[in-house]
Amino acid sequence: MPEFAVTLPLLIGALLAGLTRGKLRAILMMAAPIVGAYLVYSLTPGQNFQTELLGMEVTPVRVDSLSILFGYLFHLAAFIGVVYSLHLKDTPQLVASLAYAACAVGAVFAGDLLTLFLYWEGLAVTSSILVFARRSGRSLGAGIRYLLVQVFSGVLLLAGTIAWAHGGNGLDFNHIGLESMAGKIIFIAFGIKASFPLVHNWLTDSYPEATPSGTVFLSAFTTKVAIYSLARGYAGTEQLIYIGVTMACFPIFYAVIANDLRRVLAYSLINQLGFMVVGIGIGTELALNGAVAHAFNDVLFKGLLMMSMGAVLHVTGEMRGSELGGLYKKMPKTAILCMIGAASISAFPLFNGFVSKSMIVTAVLQEGHEWVWLGLLFAAAGVFHHAGIKIPFFAFFGHNSKHIETAHEPPKNMLVAMTIAASLCIGIGCFPSALYALLPYATDYNPYDASHVLSQVQLLAFSALAFLSLNLYKIYPPELRSTHLDAQWVYRRFAPTAIRKTFRFVMSIDQAIRKTALKWMGRGVLGLARHHRSEGVLARSWPTGSMVFWVAVLLGSTLLMYYV
Amino acid sequence: MSDEHKDMKLGSDQGADVGKKPEPGSDKTYLFDNPRNVKIVIRGLVVLCIILAILDLVIHRHSVHPWEHIFAFYPIYGFVSCVVLVLLAKELRKLVMRSESYYDPYPDTDPFDDDGNQEHHDA
Repeated sequence: MPEFAVTLPLLIGALLAGLTRGKLRAILMMAAPIVGAYLVYSLTPGQNFQTELLGMEVTPVRVDSLSILFGYLFHLAAFIGVVYSLHLKDTPQLVASLAYAACAVGAVFAGDLLTLFLYWEGLAVTSSILVFARRSGRSLGAGIRYLLVQVFSGVLLLAGTIAWAHGGNGLDFNHIGLESMAGKIIFIAFGIKASFPLVHNWLTDSYPEATPSGTVFLSAFTTKVAIYSLARGYAGTEQLIYIGVTMACFPIFYAVIANDLRRVLAYSLINQLGFMVVGIGIGTELALNGAVAHAFNDVLFKGLLMMSMGAVLHVTGEMRGSELGGLYKKMPKTAILCMIGAASISAFPLFNGFVSKSMIVTAVLQEGHEWVWLGLLFAAAGVFHHAGIKIPFFAFFGHNSKHIETAHEPPKNMLVAMTIAASLCIGIGCFPSALYALLPYATDYNPYDASHVLSQVQLLAFSALAFLSLNLYKIYPPELRSTHLDAQWVYRRFAPTAIRKTFRFVMSIDQAIRKTALKWMGRGVLGLARHHRSEGVLARSWPTGSMVFWVAVLLGSTLLMYYV
Repeated sequence: MSDEHKDMKLGSDQGADVGKKPEPGSDKTYLFDNPRNVKIVIRGLVVLCIILAILDLVIHRHSVHPWEHIFAFYPIYGFVSCVVLVLLAKELRKLVMRSESYYDPYPDTDPFDDDGNQEHHDA
């Protein structure tokens, strides 16, 4: 198979998913990512596909170790997602999810910025369908906001690309850096998709509103393409370290108080992205390996957690922590799978989060960023607190909810998909060398030394103890039906209110001017009328006699003047 | 070391591993309906934490940063940061919490009903 066909299996799969139904569709959809992954397997680094477009050299497909790793990852995520959504009959959603995966694969194999832009916008459009597919009023609003932000990011990327090419750098997508203006614009474009602080809210706004399986796809692709792009274009950019540690720390506060459990996971997704961004910012071989490996692992454990919450949503129709609880009684398998995901995201030894997160933390210490290290430790304890304990605790344990009566295990395909992800989480955690072999730089890193393992276990055990004591002493904040203000307040509340108030102010001035003008016009009309209306001085009809009289006076006075 | 992992998982999952085996013949009472089982989990976690803190003295840590040599640095940091996290989050809630229908005047009370037919096929 030629290299340019790397996205074709998923694209054809998407097309066929639209044309077929039933068992045939299920088989075709599962086959698409397998064929695609085989294609990636058959590629060798350096096997590029170049062509000329309007006199410019473009590289629609560039193959190297980084793109191959993400290629595998996205096909794997697509396969798990497809299995998870096999019970669906919603054609637009199924087509969109495979097309979305195809765009993600295309983006990581794109060798030039123009191709990247095309797939970048493709990601935006196809993924928004997964939000719209929920078919509720809220998802419609969230989907439109999501699409606007994503398309804006694409527009910035295009603007930056044009400026970059204009600066004589060509279109090739390699290291960009922040030195030039074009580099800064592209950085912001990537940053929006990577949910940098203040532009992060599209993620926590839309992901919880998407369909159960839609969120599984969403959590896998968009942000990981952004991480890939940052790793490719901005490795070693110091600003990323501070952006990353902010991303790792601030969302956990929101995650602790958020009620919608998929929103908790969305905030924790930003937290995990923070670790990767720090790794990219550090830029050493160990740090970059860690960032990329963590992206790989995050797709698995975050997907697993999203799948388990999606299963709860599917079965109960409820996602608010305040309304859930005690479901372990009816959904024990889902609960155990969820806890495997929770242990993985918390980076327990023997689970996959540990083998990649420890790489990043070690790299941070080696480079002497001790405050960043403390921040990441705080974030690591915090992620266990909200994603590791809160998610399983409030969904499956905690108080007994009314949903226990009707709850049951989700459809088999969902359980199978979760089991695949869970096995990979444990598999990679126990045998990390399989993942390490795929990383861009050769590594002999060993996460399982005594001090590492002990430190991590101590950190986690005592944060569990903190949760326990806060809960026992009733200090832990209860789940409440609520909305929490975040950066989106600016465009969902402040901007509309400001615009409305500005309009009202302008209108009031406008009305005052009009009123005054009308008053003056009215007065003018009245004045005119006073003199010109029927009884007015100037419009009065005079009797013939008086005219003759005045003519006589006129003639008389003329005569008098003549003699004088 | 491997024993430690096993113990760790038990405690951390809030007794989840114990939850795997439903008690035979019990339709109504489940594992954590019995307060004794909850107590076992809590005690298990506390004992585990004590053991881990003591291990700090036993295992020689080859560390990069001097703070790592402080006795029980990781346990204290983990505990304190989580308490601080929760207390700050509670304060944050006072600042940013609004009603559920803050943004949309027409909240769907049961969002799942709105998602069309797609999710109900298996039922």
